[in-house]
Amino acid sequence: MKSEFISNKIRTQRFFAGEMTQQELADKTGVTRQTIVAIENGKYFPTLELSFRIAYVFGKTLEEVFAYKADEDPVLIKLKKSKDKTKPI
Amino acid sequence: MKEPLTFQEKQILVSLFNTLIILVAYSYYLHSKYAAFTDQMLNDLQFLGKAFLMLIPITIVVQVVFLIIFHIVVRIISSEKIPEITDERDKLIELKSIRISHWVFISGFFMAMGSQALGMKPFVMFLALIISGFLAGIVSDIAKFIYYRKGV
Repeated sequence: MKSEFISNKIRTQRFFAGEMTQQELADKTGVTRQTIVAIENGKYFPTLELSFRIAYVFGKTLEEVFAYKADEDPVLIKLKKSKDKTKPI
Repeated sequence: MKEPLTFQEKQILVSLFNTLIILVAYSYYLHSKYAAFTDQMLNDLQFLGKAFLMLIPITIVVQVVFLIIFHIVVRIISSEKIPEITDERDKLIELKSIRISHWVFISGFFMAMGSQALGMKPFVMFLALIISGFLAGIVSDIAKFIYYRKGV
């Protein structure tokens, strides 16, 4: 399940952190390397707790590591559509 | 490019293989030991209960033995680090696959109860429970594999 509206810059942040390996990041955040791989590939959305921990390891804020595009969020698009339908003409 | 199998994915395949081995071996054992199934035997609840209970320790022992062998083999032939922790993704995948396997088992349970409600022989109930138990295990492993591979 690949998401288009939530993305992350973990790969870039690892590069700027002296080419930190996925295993090192996994060890510092208390998860497996496979989970880091899945997050980087957009196959898994980490919990808020893990997201904060990853950002903390890089010394960044959540917004600097993770990005959210509200206009591409299917739930918001669906809600907007249903709202438009109920609008009086 | 195809991604290589991760440790968890390999472990799931081993578990799936174990389940299939146990299913075949158990069916063969029951068939060879009780080749002369009499009608009375097939409907003896005590006999069916014993045959069902016997499966539990056998399954546990076989799964543990295979997993130990798998860990040893991975350590010897692969440079991959064996994950020592179960993180949030593993727990989420476990929960999702258990939910699917519960639905499979519950369907089998209802079929088993339905067979009795329709007045079928107790052996039918036993078969429905055994088959749904194995199917639940297989479906759980397949679901886990897909979640690990495709994402959750």
